[in-house]
Amino acid sequence: MAEFKDISPNASATEKLANWFNNRYPSAGGFYKAHMSEYYAPKNFNFWYFFGSLALLVLVIQIVTGIFLVMHYKPDAAKAFESVEYIMRDVPWGWLVRYMHSTGASAFFVVVYLHMYRGLIYGSYRKPRELVWIFGCAIFLVLMAEAFMGYLLPWGQMSYWGAQVIVNLFSAIPFIGPDLALLIRGDYVVSDATLNRFFSFHVIAVPLVLLGLVAAHIIALHEVGSNNPDGVEIKSTKNDKTGMPLDGIPFHPYYTVHDLYFAAVFLFIFSAVLFFAPEGGGYFLEYNNFIEANPLKTPPHIAPVWYFTPFYSMLRATTDVMVYVFIAVIAIAAVLAILRGGFRSGAKIAIAVAAVVAVFLLKAFDAKFWGVVVMGGAVLILFFLPWLDRSPVRSIRYRPDWHKYVYALFVFFFLVLGYLGSQPPSAGGNYVSQVGTLVYLGFFLLMPWWSRLGTFKPVPERVTFSAH
Amino acid sequence: MSDTPVDASKRTWLIASSCAGAVGAGFAAVPFVSSFQPSEKAKAAGAPVEVDISALNPGEKLTVEWRGKPVWIVRRTPEQVKLLPQLDAQLADPASKRNPDDLTPPYARNESRSIKPEYLVVVGICSHLGCSPSDKFQGGPQPSLPDDWKGGFLCPCHGSTFDLAGRVFKNKPAPDNLEVPPHMYLSDSRLLIGQDKQA
Repeated sequence: MAEFKDISPNASATEKLANWFNNRYPSAGGFYKAHMSEYYAPKNFNFWYFFGSLALLVLVIQIVTGIFLVMHYKPDAAKAFESVEYIMRDVPWGWLVRYMHSTGASAFFVVVYLHMYRGLIYGSYRKPRELVWIFGCAIFLVLMAEAFMGYLLPWGQMSYWGAQVIVNLFSAIPFIGPDLALLIRGDYVVSDATLNRFFSFHVIAVPLVLLGLVAAHIIALHEVGSNNPDGVEIKSTKNDKTGMPLDGIPFHPYYTVHDLYFAAVFLFIFSAVLFFAPEGGGYFLEYNNFIEANPLKTPPHIAPVWYFTPFYSMLRATTDVMVYVFIAVIAIAAVLAILRGGFRSGAKIAIAVAAVVAVFLLKAFDAKFWGVVVMGGAVLILFFLPWLDRSPVRSIRYRPDWHKYVYALFVFFFLVLGYLGSQPPSAGGNYVSQVGTLVYLGFFLLMPWWSRLGTFKPVPERVTFSAH
Repeated sequence: MSDTPVDASKRTWLIASSCAGAVGAGFAAVPFVSSFQPSEKAKAAGAPVEVDISALNPGEKLTVEWRGKPVWIVRRTPEQVKLLPQLDAQLADPASKRNPDDLTPPYARNESRSIKPEYLVVVGICSHLGCSPSDKFQGGPQPSLPDDWKGGFLCPCHGSTFDLAGRVFKNKPAPDNLEVPPHMYLSDSRLLIGQDKQA
């Protein structure tokens, strides 16, 4: 416990008040110092470092607009669609609040995807920041759940059939699947019961988890300190007198002002979308969702909202033929591991047995189930990135040049998968999705090998920074 | 770490009371998890539906709601019935052998998957992820369909295709044929969906 401090009776009223609080709540000052005025962030942050604080801003926008929407929305299958139209037409400024929330959802994913890309290229997930990355991946996963459940609430055609498809994903799990799907829906079809529970999850349960994870993400980050575009550890070069990192700068006021500036830039763009293209050309709000849910008729073309489409493509790509490709890949991997891996004979037998079991399981269950596994695995594999990457340097800046092409290929196919997922199914598109799925999975699963190859460039002692 | 020696008896009781607490928490979770199950009201809403099919012309489809799901009644033309056996080689399960107890009642385990070859009665929910397939009764090349398309259904979600007996084509995301619900004819023009003669 901190000692009680007396202050001179001649001190100003402000100082007396500050002292009064400090004696009763000393940790507030400590908190401010630890996370703002004495949190040393690397001085060489670039454009990519805006998106973390932007994600916080969008989270606040979503919570505030959400609170106001709940005042007018009715979570009832008979009234939900109507109440959203009521918000759009009759509630004063309701349209703006609703568009802020629906556009905010897309903005959230734009910001989060760019934030994750930053982590990927600068190796921000490497030791000692594994937990920062894992909390971040958990946020991404929870955010997907939040967005999915929120999308059911307007009770449009896309809401209904999107929920139908995603809930049925769970029913593809062998043995427990159908009962699990029943437990999620609370009915034999997506219905009023489903809408009500998704409403509860969307406005209370998931946001609470999300806030907890965001706090954990930031605390974990501030314990180990931020990475930077050079991937240099700033804590290893400290000022002899102050003990503070030479390449660091207190977060406040330098980066708070930086982030405020970019928040303004972001709000310009956000407002432009909000006022001129709130539906985002059918990508942010799908046109079919302006038709009330009809359990008897699926719209002729259904696709998830854009931020789910890369994963949706992978789901569609997993057909029977694709399962044979997986079998071939496992067989080749097992043969290579046994012939070239340099394992002992016991381990070789274990690899052979594991491969045979894997092949057997691939054929034992439907391609439908494996599609769900690929889709879920594509998200969950992100959690393991800190241990998949074996390159001796963190940042892309000091990796062999050809690594940049690997990343470019990955990003290219991720975008292609995203585009194809928004399109109606076609044979040609499906082949490309299958290639894309293999590139996506290969990028991560082969990373322990490819990330070590090539000639790495020397990493400097200090960050590269030119004062302006 | 403290230097105090471990009090074994205290530790035993700590573990025992933690376990008791965990069991209590498990019991407390039961009502909450159980509340996720379908309500009695939802369970009760499954009565059979009676349909008048006298106005249905050959080549037309009628959709009725049964247990919240669309049930299709298609009156196939004689040409369409004749086409069915020719498709067998392209189908994943032409003879309805997979999960017959769930998907195909005994009286529909035939080439046309129906009691009367003319009338197809199926639940219009794709066995992949639960979308309702669209009618593609016209043959010939069309988007998302093969060029030698003979008429059937296309699921708009993931591109699974079904023939006019609700049988799924090979190498598509959907593993199973469309479900034939329990049904029976009350007369030539009246059909009861949700109940059959065995029940």
